[in-house]
Amino acid sequence: MKKNFWINLAFQLGALAVALLITTLILLAAGAPPFKAYASILDGAFGSPGNLERLLISWSPLLLTTAGVLITFSAGLWNIGVEGQMTLGAIFATWMLRLLQDTSLPPALIIFLGILAGVLGGALWAGLAGALKTFGGVNEIFGGLGLNFVSMALTIYLVFGPWKRPGTGSMSGTQPFDRALWLPSFPEMNLSPWALGLSILAVVIVYFLLRGTHFGLRLKAVGKNMKAAYLMGVPTWQYSMFAFLLCGAFAGLSGAIQVTGVYHRLLPNISNGYGFLGLLVAMLINYQAIWAAPVAFIFAALNTGSVQLQMLYKLDSSFSGVLQSFLVLLVLLGEGVRQRLLGKR
Amino acid sequence: MNVELRDIHKTFGRVHANVGINLSIPAGTIQGILGENGAGKSTLMKVLSGFIRADRGEILLAGRPVVIHSPADAIQHGVGMLHQDPLDFPPMHIIDNFILGRRGSVLPNRKAAVLDFNKLAEEFGFKIDPEAYVDSLTVGERQQLEILRLLWLGARVLIFDEPTTGISAAQKAKLFAALKLMAGQGKTILFVSHKLEDVEGLCHRVAILRQGHLAGQAQPPYDTRSLVEMMFGKAIGVEARNPCGGAETVLRLQDLGVEDYRLKVRDVSLEVCSGEVIGLAGMEGSGQGLFLRSVGGMVRSTGGRIQLRGRDLTGRSYHTFKRHGTAFLPAARLEEGLAAGLTLTEHVVLAEQPRGFFVNWENSRQLTQKRIEAFNIRGTPASTVEALSGGNQQRALLSLMREPLNLLLLEHPTRGLDIESTIYIWSKLKERCAQGTSILFISSDLEEILQYSDRVLVFFAGKVTPPLEASGLSSQTLGELIGGKGWPESTTGPKP
Repeated sequence: MKKNFWINLAFQLGALAVALLITTLILLAAGAPPFKAYASILDGAFGSPGNLERLLISWSPLLLTTAGVLITFSAGLWNIGVEGQMTLGAIFATWMLRLLQDTSLPPALIIFLGILAGVLGGALWAGLAGALKTFGGVNEIFGGLGLNFVSMALTIYLVFGPWKRPGTGSMSGTQPFDRALWLPSFPEMNLSPWALGLSILAVVIVYFLLRGTHFGLRLKAVGKNMKAAYLMGVPTWQYSMFAFLLCGAFAGLSGAIQVTGVYHRLLPNISNGYGFLGLLVAMLINYQAIWAAPVAFIFAALNTGSVQLQMLYKLDSSFSGVLQSFLVLLVLLGEGVRQRLLGKR
Repeated sequence: MNVELRDIHKTFGRVHANVGINLSIPAGTIQGILGENGAGKSTLMKVLSGFIRADRGEILLAGRPVVIHSPADAIQHGVGMLHQDPLDFPPMHIIDNFILGRRGSVLPNRKAAVLDFNKLAEEFGFKIDPEAYVDSLTVGERQQLEILRLLWLGARVLIFDEPTTGISAAQKAKLFAALKLMAGQGKTILFVSHKLEDVEGLCHRVAILRQGHLAGQAQPPYDTRSLVEMMFGKAIGVEARNPCGGAETVLRLQDLGVEDYRLKVRDVSLEVCSGEVIGLAGMEGSGQGLFLRSVGGMVRSTGGRIQLRGRDLTGRSYHTFKRHGTAFLPAARLEEGLAAGLTLTEHVVLAEQPRGFFVNWENSRQLTQKRIEAFNIRGTPASTVEALSGGNQQRALLSLMREPLNLLLLEHPTRGLDIESTIYIWSKLKERCAQGTSILFISSDLEEILQYSDRVLVFFAGKVTPPLEASGLSSQTLGELIGGKGWPESTTGPKP
């Protein structure tokens, strides 16, 4: 047991080292000084209270999408459609806010209903992918990918069509909502305690759901072996659908928070890759919910930290994505090599 | 082409699938290969056709020793194999499927291939449109396509693995005519089957395999009795059984029918009383698996009624059967029965389905520990099931059964287990019978069927015998029935 732990750790640290080596080579090739670039990432993430705030703001949606895909992964499902589910959450939230913003309802209630609508929107979109799989035999990877494109097209249509700003529509999105409809934030800040709280709560819920409940155990059984789960009395397709709906609800919540708490309007590409990033985090932590929060935090730090690389070294900010992807790839590769060298388990 | 196999050995782990097999087949012969499931027929044929390499031994083709590395290599040497399930590409045009596998040009000459195809098809009297799609063909026609393809690729030795399964009588006649024609042309035919009638009616000579050994060879006129004895071993003595004697009926089947794409099982009527054990015998794929799964609601029956303790459960799902005290234990333990990656405790929790939202892990661990002791499982509550040995996995599956049970459906309950585990598992099953559970089980082991059943149903190509008293059944009769002998024409069952 103990020995395995150290071997695993060695492999994971090795993967990290190789990932850093590769990205360093890329930096050199791009003509940027690697150590200064890494330092500026750290600085960009933690260098000032403002930077730290931006880090926490992007941690929240990542936590939610990670929490969601942990559920679908447990059920053995590749929910590639989280991006679209997040987008639909944003669309539904915007729709609800637009519907109610001119009524006399109290703003808090409107925000609450907006977020609820977002949750439903995400669940609906995920339910669609689930139904395509369960009743139509469409693999959830294709279904999810297709629905991602549909959601993107739908956003563009809404931003440039029915919901466009007075005058002409633009990529900067719909007309921002009235301040009263913003999710309350910490004083003098953009960070909302609600967003942060709900996201952390989501991870905690998923952790306990997967670890300690019959629901979680049955999900796992469906994911590990659908036939055996069925013979042990688990209603299998229903559980697959539950997993989709639940994951979609989390993704929808994160979309709704982007609208009510961060951008205060609907933007094209509002999901901003958080769905895919959530999949990467889940893979990197080997689907162990306990590690979701810290690893998502590091990923968020890489994201916000590399923003200023563009100004300093003319590097695209997607550089963080390169580092993140290499890390995941190499950790998975290391796991494969370890199993091959040492035999399974 | 003469084929000679010399001292072929092949082991898979601890299983010795082929033990020093020597066989020499002259060109122009239809050679039957007879044996029960697991006798080593398929292994031997896979060695000859390049799917697997023998551990030891030599293959001689036309007198010259050859080393065959792969199926593609085999066809270069003139050896082709037709598999039981046709290995073709359903969404392709027949002619494209036909061309596939031919070495040489990047751009195949389609026109020439069509001409060749039609000429070959005509020679054998096969009527297949080369431009149709493969999935429009019946199993028999796909077989014909495969024969033409192998001949076109230059096969001079053709291996047929259970070719008469799933094809119509007319197609069978056509196949046999084609086989005789090919043999007349000097091709060597290996005909692998467990059907005595087919082998006796077609083959020039027969080799019988049993438990990896060449048990014997025979030539016409065949003596069925000695063929069966070579296939299954010496007659087995059977002890007297206690009949039902007025016990309550647990399961009542009325004209039950069930079918899949290659088999139809029709009109099975059966009453099973409390504590009774019914053995389902037959070569694998004869309909007993389909029948067993339909009795548990896993496969929808196509006709008739199923009653469990007086309740009509026809057409209901397995989960409904389960609620009414049915349990099904599949043969593929790790594929269907247990979820690899989950621990024994997790399995027990899943199987028990206790109420509540949160799992009480401490109680569950204690419960699992009790089960481990009661069922003599070598493992801990935290062991994942794939880490257990086969016998322990089977005991783990048994330990997951709930109490009380009305009906227990088992597929090959002791397959792959040693004697000790087998005896232990049957002692546990008999305990259940004493508590009133009825058992239906499939086995390809004649001894197991005769030793543990009260009554036996024999399956052959979808046909079913009426229930036969195990005590009045000899292994000879049973072996013949399994091989398709002694079945009267046009009825569903033979005279016992």
